[in-house]
Amino acid sequence: MIRDSRDLRKDPRDTRDLRDLRKGPEGAAVVVTGLVKRFGDFAAVDDISLTANKGEIFGFLGPNGAGKSTTIRMLCGLLSPTSGSATVSGIDVATHPEIVRQNIGYMSQKFSLYNDLTVLENLHFFAGMYSVPRSQLPSRISWAVEMAGLNGREKSMAGTLATGWKQRLALGCAVLHRPPVVFLDEPTSGVDPMSRRQFWELIHQMAADGVTVFVTTHYMDEAEYCNRLVLIYRGKIVASGSPLELKEGSMSGELLLVECEKVGQALELLGAAPFIQDAAIFGNALHLVVENAEQAAPGVKTLLAREGIAAGKVERIRPSLEDVFVSLTTPRPGRTP
Amino acid sequence: MRAMLSRLRHMLVKEFIQVLRDKRTRFLLLGPPVIQMVVFGYAATLEIKHVPMAVLDYDQSQASRELVSRFEGSRYFDVRYRLTDRRQVADLIDRGEVTMAVEIDAGFARLLGKGETAHAQVIVDASNSNTALVGLGYLNEVAGSYAREYQLASLSRTAPLAAGGLPTIVLDKRPWYNTDMSSQWFFVPGVIGNLMLVIVMTLTAVSVVREREIGTLEQIMVTPIRRSEFILGKTIPFFLIGGLDATLISAVGTFWFKVPLRGSVWVLALGTVLFLLGALGIGLFISTVSATQQQAMVTSFFFIMPAIIFSGFGSPISSMPTFLQYLTLLNPMRYFQTVLRSVYLKGVGIDVLWPQMAGMAAIGIFMLSVSVLRFHKSLE
Repeated sequence: MIRDSRDLRKDPRDTRDLRDLRKGPEGAAVVVTGLVKRFGDFAAVDDISLTANKGEIFGFLGPNGAGKSTTIRMLCGLLSPTSGSATVSGIDVATHPEIVRQNIGYMSQKFSLYNDLTVLENLHFFAGMYSVPRSQLPSRISWAVEMAGLNGREKSMAGTLATGWKQRLALGCAVLHRPPVVFLDEPTSGVDPMSRRQFWELIHQMAADGVTVFVTTHYMDEAEYCNRLVLIYRGKIVASGSPLELKEGSMSGELLLVECEKVGQALELLGAAPFIQDAAIFGNALHLVVENAEQAAPGVKTLLAREGIAAGKVERIRPSLEDVFVSLTTPRPGRTP
Repeated sequence: MRAMLSRLRHMLVKEFIQVLRDKRTRFLLLGPPVIQMVVFGYAATLEIKHVPMAVLDYDQSQASRELVSRFEGSRYFDVRYRLTDRRQVADLIDRGEVTMAVEIDAGFARLLGKGETAHAQVIVDASNSNTALVGLGYLNEVAGSYAREYQLASLSRTAPLAAGGLPTIVLDKRPWYNTDMSSQWFFVPGVIGNLMLVIVMTLTAVSVVREREIGTLEQIMVTPIRRSEFILGKTIPFFLIGGLDATLISAVGTFWFKVPLRGSVWVLALGTVLFLLGALGIGLFISTVSATQQQAMVTSFFFIMPAIIFSGFGSPISSMPTFLQYLTLLNPMRYFQTVLRSVYLKGVGIDVLWPQMAGMAAIGIFMLSVSVLRFHKSLE
């Protein structure tokens, strides 16, 4: 499906004049140090530090309003940080925003295409904005058309495309100039599951070709596709690591799945039990964090039976990212969230 | 440098596609200005013709009927009603059926015959003070000329010798530039200015903010385009469209309304170009500071209204209070109105109009620079 996306780093222009400006560790694509953004009294981003390596899919996970978009906009130079610094490909965003812009691709939440331009006109426009060399233009455009699955629809108005196609066309427009770093801000919001899947295949393809993909999402299932994740909550990083590390390491105990009736009532009951660290509703079941799942299971069953709540399966499960997230963002006495 | 020109070229291609692709938009850019030019050219006039009037003749003499027939014979008045009762007047004026009512007293002819002053009363609807003033003037003229003829006629009957030697003053009128004193000649060039202002302002005022609203501005901001390239990309298309519209509506003024273009076309073109710079600059400034298209539209209307009123289009600037006269110096429309009328009717050139040209150039360059500086490639 995807051709011609090799050599993404081999544009001679970026290496020649950028060498002097580069700083920071080799291999790091995005380095953020103590980044803060305040809007009045409100700290939308509160002292965030992170490093995304080259060729990595770096996930930025958190609920709406956690500060994901604000961070990404600071990394693209659209907002200036209150304090802290950020480098992209080793170049400081605050001091050399124009050089950074030539070296990144950015896709905002709205898939900002010109609805009154055709697919090709949109691609030509953004190719022009990024000064894609004339010799590469035909191959880049046909690559983007194919990637978006828009063969035969080149002359359609972008506004008439379904959301999934629009999203892939927007990605095509954003990476026509082969940027080594790509920022995607909630790229899959409002897109059907099939298109989401296709889109993530594209992201993986880009990463395999050496592109660093910095992606925000609030879909926990998508976070599983990332090489590395940062969980952000109320402007602060609450956890980071690979999905596996997060699932293994971030929870203090083991996870117990409890299928039962009256989950609301059961949650109240079990949440108060001393041997249960944490309890949360997942669909029509409960997830409990306990020290030892095997020991706790009989106790849970007894408690439920005493209250007349019929229980089904009670067994240990591997935590999902959602469990990790809920566990990390639920304030409990004796622990800062 | 090559990258800059290439980015600018892509901006222009995009803007032109967006403006010109739609058949309806294409028509909207050229059709309404021409139609409005034709309509306004006829409507914008200070001439008072066919003032509806009522006559209340209590005398019913030969002299009074002669006076009324003089009113009827003048192209300024339409005698619509001949009344018999004074109480009918108020109602007709209230309804706007007539603007004036002339009441001739009984004994009008008798007093004239005795060589005394005869009275006629005029009731006028002065809510439009201009119409009332001009109407009264015409009425005076008609009545005055009748009175003079009556005097002469009676004098030549009683003392034929004296009548020949009656002293009188005659003012020989020499109206320059507009011999017929046609107010259409005065207003048509002015309407060109008004239309240009409205077209250019409304087009540019929404241009940047539209992209802000749909989100494409954010996408453009992360590209390497410079802000001057972006602003130029937004300016040049509307500049060209404005120039085309100016040519079309000036042609309507010249060929349809036959307003003479006595000066150089090039001086007129230069004035139009400089005026367009100012209008574009102000429109772009509004667009860069507005958060929504609606806000931009409302703001530009708040600018357009005073810009026309304080331009000398209708009421002369010399009649305004002094501090307002100084304020008009900031209004590019003021200079453009002078340029339009001077080039069209007086036929003067740059040697006379350079202060106006300089004023418009200064405003244009200032506003465009402010727009570029005000437009940041950030979301803050």
